[in-house]
Amino acid sequence: MSNPSVSVKKRPKHLELWKIRLPVPGIVSILHRVSGAVMFLVLIPLLLTLLDNSLASQESFEDLRFQLGSPLVKLVVLGLAWSFLHHFFAGIRYLLLDLHIGIDLPTTRLWSKAVLVVSGILTLLVAVALW
Amino acid sequence: MVNRVLVGAHYGLRDWLMQRVTAVVMLVVTLVFAAFFLTHPSLQFEDWQGFFSYQAVRVLTLLFFLSLFLHAWVGVRDILMDYIQPVGIRLTLQVAVIVALVSYALWTVSILWRV
Repeated sequence: MSNPSVSVKKRPKHLELWKIRLPVPGIVSILHRVSGAVMFLVLIPLLLTLLDNSLASQESFEDLRFQLGSPLVKLVVLGLAWSFLHHFFAGIRYLLLDLHIGIDLPTTRLWSKAVLVVSGILTLLVAVALW
Repeated sequence: MVNRVLVGAHYGLRDWLMQRVTAVVMLVVTLVFAAFFLTHPSLQFEDWQGFFSYQAVRVLTLLFFLSLFLHAWVGVRDILMDYIQPVGIRLTLQVAVIVALVSYALWTVSILWRV
């Protein structure tokens, strides 16, 4: 029988995601996963549609160029560009980690920040090129 | 004492390696295409179609997309295994992902070798 006088430590039943403060490599890691999922759902079908229409005929090629003029399309392209760039540079970091390059804590934190900064800067350049 | 050997499906190392090999293939082809786009700032249809008239470019593009689909399979399957616990739903989603990726592969071939 349960004794009400015994205080049972309340264990959390759910993770409070907003209370979790990830270290920088953890942020890069979860963004690698998120960007990968986004690219699977959106970029792969879009990329194939682009390849298809860009090679089909002169008309469909020019249609694509026209559609890229829409601000909404530009915004989607920018989001996908960031997904790709983050995934690309975070992925290179993982390949280097496999080769035991940059595995000590200060270096891995530095390179994680570098992944975020470099993909951020290149995304800005894409934005400049788009607008 | 019983030496119990817990055996898994043995796909761990193979998938780990596949994820890296496909990543390197995509890295190389991405650099080739980046070089093409940077040297053709205002790309015209003739240049683009001309580029894909080379068999080597088609093969390289197909290699890229097949690597992409294998890479996506390993990645998405890992995500589903982590977050979708009911076996039935997970299996259904995994099958849906396979069907989508195989369809994409066929689509890619049909685009590149269009009659």
